[in-house]
Amino acid sequence: MFIQQLVNGIILGSIYSLIALGYTMVYGIIMLINFAHGEIYMFGAFAGMILVVFYNVPFFLAFLLAMAFAGLVGLTVEYLAYRPLRRSSRLAALISAIGASIFLQNLALLIMGARPYTFPSPFIPKVYQTSFLTISKLELIILAISFLLMFALTFFIQKTKIGKAMRAAAQDMDTASLMGINVNLIISITFLVGSALGAAAGVMVGIYFRTVTPMMGLMPGLKGFVAAVLGGIGRIPGAMLGGLLLGVAEVMAAAYISSQYRDAAAFAILILVLFFKPTGLMGSFMQEKV
Amino acid sequence: MLTVEGISTYYGNIQALKEVELKVNEGEIVTLIGSNGAGKTTTLLTISGLLKPAQGKVTFLGRTITGVPPHNIVKMGISHVPEGRRIFPLMTLMENLEMGAFGRTDKRAIKEDLDMVFQTFPQLKGREKQMAGTLSGGEQQMLAMGRALMSRPKLLLLDEPSMGLAPMIVKEIFQIIEKINRQGTTILLVEQNAQMALKTAGKGYVLETGKIVLQDNASALLENDDVRKSYLGE
Ligand SMILES: Nc1ncnc2c1ncn2[C@@H]1O[C@H](COP(=O)(O)OP(=O)(O)OP(=O)(O)O)[C@@H](O)[C@H]1O
Ligand SMILES: [Mg+2]
Repeated sequence: MFIQQLVNGIILGSIYSLIALGYTMVYGIIMLINFAHGEIYMFGAFAGMILVVFYNVPFFLAFLLAMAFAGLVGLTVEYLAYRPLRRSSRLAALISAIGASIFLQNLALLIMGARPYTFPSPFIPKVYQTSFLTISKLELIILAISFLLMFALTFFIQKTKIGKAMRAAAQDMDTASLMGINVNLIISITFLVGSALGAAAGVMVGIYFRTVTPMMGLMPGLKGFVAAVLGGIGRIPGAMLGGLLLGVAEVMAAAYISSQYRDAAAFAILILVLFFKPTGLMGSFMQEKV
Repeated sequence: MLTVEGISTYYGNIQALKEVELKVNEGEIVTLIGSNGAGKTTTLLTISGLLKPAQGKVTFLGRTITGVPPHNIVKMGISHVPEGRRIFPLMTLMENLEMGAFGRTDKRAIKEDLDMVFQTFPQLKGREKQMAGTLSGGEQQMLAMGRALMSRPKLLLLDEPSMGLAPMIVKEIFQIIEKINRQGTTILLVEQNAQMALKTAGKGYVLETGKIVLQDNASALLENDDVRKSYLGE
């Protein structure tokens, strides 16, 4: 029972981690909560569904294309809604982010309508069972993809030249530009990568629940944000850890307290973190920033 | 090599520079001295492109660089060691140096310059993997200078390299500045430590509330009564 719940929590959590990464990467570099991130996740899910259902694109190709598409959406949002406000107050940028979120949601409603679409799972429904654990093939694939993406991101950030430039720009944007780093380009890449990860989460949730809707980004968007804050916003390993912990906490709360407490758990965690350790588990970026 | 012609730079409505003029010839060490808030940092930031002047222009090697974004100015050969060093604290020493060479692709020459930096700053050797934020103030200054050299600059802008350092280390830093210059890099040095700066430089400018009020050979400025009174504490 406990192990089963733990595994369920980790599966859910790995999705939250992917979403949280988008928030944290963006916050780390421009100190903005990208409220449109949940909508980018939804756009990714829709792109994947449309490619698979309407155009018969093979699933993994559709998955990658959905990531690329959402990446471009994220990059465009930054360019149109945030970049012009780069030197304005943070409140102005925050309001612009909320505006971008509302705009994208309504755009999806306008194009797709309010009805839910079915996103059939491309995998044969197979379930593996042991005495203490039941896990489906789909769940295993979700876990594998999530962790693969997180490892890939870690490698990218730690080892590649662009990844290092992203870290440098996050620590000190002006000085990064004195190094010859085109900071605007780095910010675009950050949005591209963060949004693509969000889209990956969107597509996986889409096939998991077999549904996509224009409103699907709301709750996961909030949960991803909570996970990012829990881990320490701006800290990439923090977002991964925060997502996993949040997933486990939610599943445990639902299993051992009441299923009605599932969502409440997330927000209880948010309040507790903000109250006792606002910098999050891994220490927020702000503190270390001079 | 570098010509600054009548630049006026503002922070919002506050005018920080009033038609600043200065010239740096190839091979020189030129110093810009002045008290707190005179506009020294603002001058360097305007040269390296982080601030845009409302008026005036900056030319470097015959090309106008006003309005060119900072990351392209570095590629033209100006490297700026900012005030307060501004190393990347959460990156290793080596990663900091790598960032200094960001715009370059010539792997071989980068390796050579890395060796040169470790030769110039032997204190940095053996600490390649140390987080830069945990280095001492003097080491951070050396790292910031080494990082700037990694772009193979023709002109090096130094903003108060002696700030907050013990006299011994200050002396060492100034010796290194002379050495870097002897090896062929032109230097524009901003300092509050006027004594050291004027002894090191060939030419000096004095900045007061955003205006250049004096310019002369450094040795002459050292003898100048106003300078002695205001900046050398005599
Ligand atoms: N970001 C800013 N916003 C508003 N005013 C500024 C800003 N930075 C500097 N100033 C003002 O511009 C003027 C020049 O500042 P600057 O930093 O260039 O002086 P400085 O000569 O480098 O001084 P210090 O020796 O203390 O470093 C000062 O009056 C300062 O208050
Ligand atoms: Mg200054």
